[in-house]
Amino acid sequence: MSGPQRVKFYQTGTFTVGNRLLDVSVRSVQSDTTRNNSLNSGHRACQGCGEALGARYALDAAMRAVNGKLVVANATGCLEVFSTPYPESSWRVAWLHSLFANAAAVGTGMAAAMRVKGRHDVRVIAQGGDGGTVDIGFACLSGMFERNDDVLYICYDNEAYMNTGVQRSSATPAAARTATTPAVGEQPGNVFGQGKSVPLIAMAHGIPYTATASVCDLRDLEYKVEKAMGFRGARYIHVHVPCPLGWGCDTGDTLKVARLAAESGLFPIFEAEYGEITGRRPIRKQIPVDDYLKAQSRFAHLFKGKGDPARVAMIQAIADRNIRRFGLVQEGAPA
Amino acid sequence: MLKQCEGSQAVAEAIGLCRPQVICAYPITPQTHIVEGLGSLVKSGKLANCEYINVESEFAAMSVAIGASAAGARAYTATASQGILYMAEAVYNAGGLGLPIVMTVGNRSIGAPINIWNDHTDSMALRDAGWIQLFAEDNQEAVDLHIQAFKLAEELSVPVMVCMDGFILTHAYDRVDIPTQEQVDAFLPPYEPRQVVDPDDPVTIGAMVGPEAFMEVRYLAHAKQLQALERIPELAVEFKQKFGRDSGGLIREYRADDAETIVVGLGSVNGTIKDVVDDMRKDGVKIGNVSIGSFRPFPTAALNKALGKAKRIITIEKSLSVGIGGNVSHNLRMALPDRNTTVYTVIAGLGGRPITRASLKKVFKSALDGALEPVSFLDLNLGVVERQLERERLARRTGPAAEAILRDLSAAPATAH
Repeated sequence: MSGPQRVKFYQTGTFTVGNRLLDVSVRSVQSDTTRNNSLNSGHRACQGCGEALGARYALDAAMRAVNGKLVVANATGCLEVFSTPYPESSWRVAWLHSLFANAAAVGTGMAAAMRVKGRHDVRVIAQGGDGGTVDIGFACLSGMFERNDDVLYICYDNEAYMNTGVQRSSATPAAARTATTPAVGEQPGNVFGQGKSVPLIAMAHGIPYTATASVCDLRDLEYKVEKAMGFRGARYIHVHVPCPLGWGCDTGDTLKVARLAAESGLFPIFEAEYGEITGRRPIRKQIPVDDYLKAQSRFAHLFKGKGDPARVAMIQAIADRNIRRFGLVQEGAPA
Repeated sequence: MLKQCEGSQAVAEAIGLCRPQVICAYPITPQTHIVEGLGSLVKSGKLANCEYINVESEFAAMSVAIGASAAGARAYTATASQGILYMAEAVYNAGGLGLPIVMTVGNRSIGAPINIWNDHTDSMALRDAGWIQLFAEDNQEAVDLHIQAFKLAEELSVPVMVCMDGFILTHAYDRVDIPTQEQVDAFLPPYEPRQVVDPDDPVTIGAMVGPEAFMEVRYLAHAKQLQALERIPELAVEFKQKFGRDSGGLIREYRADDAETIVVGLGSVNGTIKDVVDDMRKDGVKIGNVSIGSFRPFPTAALNKALGKAKRIITIEKSLSVGIGGNVSHNLRMALPDRNTTVYTVIAGLGGRPITRASLKKVFKSALDGALEPVSFLDLNLGVVERQLERERLARRTGPAAEAILRDLSAAPATAH
């Protein structure tokens, strides 16, 4: 090298960019020019949509894993609405939308049909947003889990009902402002101490595979989808997908915000088999939750004027607990 | 094969002969024995190549059936009462998607107050969901209608509900001729879906449709039901050729040719009505019966032909359209362009209240005398109702009506029924 410019060979040895410099066997699905483009361009998702990104990566990875023998059941929600405005469709997979609450059960039915027709090569994915999964679709999801039906369910979690205009779901984090948890009153935003972890509930069903993932690490998402397709029975992947519109972050910051969620510990990334945690995505350098919260206007009330340090500290405690609980920061790692 | 068995068991055997590939089972009285019977058939291996799925709700039952049917499997489920309301959204969805699912409804009332006994409130609540609704008069017909239902559903790509009266049919032990597998196979070909969710030919099903095309989609659902108006009688003829008995069809007439008074009903109550018709015919009363076998599509033309000459029509209805009266009579008016025909709506048998020959005869005579109200309630205990209304006039907070009425009934012995 000569001249003043320092060239960083950051492409090699990482999985985030420059896949084509890697050996073919370790390249990402998306770097493959023959990828399926399962969710093709032309759809109506908002700029910076995390869900569209997650769904595209997840389904392309699944399609590669099963040699294109895939059928998909989709819950009502953003993903369904923005992808299939009649008479157009962005889906390059066999795809069925039935209702908001029943994607998991429709997946069960598809899997049963394929089994009875002797088409054991055809695999089933059911997918939906957090509303269709953790709230209204929860009963069907739990039924599918407990019967161990051969369905991979993917939840794209953007932490509220975005399709109807940002209302609170049981995946909405504490203090977040939504249209139904407005930033007014003594305790603005969503209530503390509510909500549920569907990944942990999935694990409690003892299903073969459960994982969380984030669009901040798309390579990890691809890996988990491919891994999930290696199992038979009920599987669950919960993908964190920022929604710039609902979260009030810059449309160019989707991945950054997702990364801050993961690296603060607020969204723990792990995987589990048969109810036991088998892997976690370590946090190399834990960042304070403030960095994550400040990037989004849904938490702006926590920092207005004198701010609300007490409740920010409560959110920090949630992140710290996640880190302890899932062992996200490894000892000896740089602080 | 002739046998004496419970209606539910007979239906389970008939369904088994139709070679369903996916059965979704969720218990609800009085339908439960059907899915239990099917469970035994699958588990014992007598019904091969069938996935029997114990789901967690009726909503899931219909949803699993939707997925299975869309992926090309012959799908079946059964429900009743609260169950059909719990799955209501999915019932409409299956109708909208045109999936040829067959579902038995063991007709039962809807709470509150909770009541497990027979009436038609449940299937009436879903009459506009885009499903064909067939009503069985007896257990033989319940068996036969299911066999016809799969064929009808799959030919037209429309789901079919076979409605049979809870307990009165589902739990009645009766003589039933169960066809052979060869007979059913010769009548009902394997399911060949028109469109299917298949990775080898990927399509998008269930897209969002806006105002530009929604009307057309709904109209097509209507057009399919109109096609069924032609296909249902044809299927009954084909069925007779193969199985040697009359079953199905749009309507069934009994001594209606010269009748001045025709009593119209759905389901098993027609048996009681026919007994009363025979009885009154002995006294020279020109009375007959028309049983509506297909409530959706509604056989307007056939009813017009059968009822057009009658002076008065009495509908015996096991559901109450609260605030107006009858569902059947309301529909029936479409078949009667002559406004001079008197139509009496008799709400009867709600929540399993027995419909006796004596009560029917009394109400028919009252109609003949011109003394019957346009909407009346068979064997309604007016005293109880009036005392409750009086209590409500006197005190704003009277508590739940059902409990007050039960207290009233235990204090003063009931009169009628």
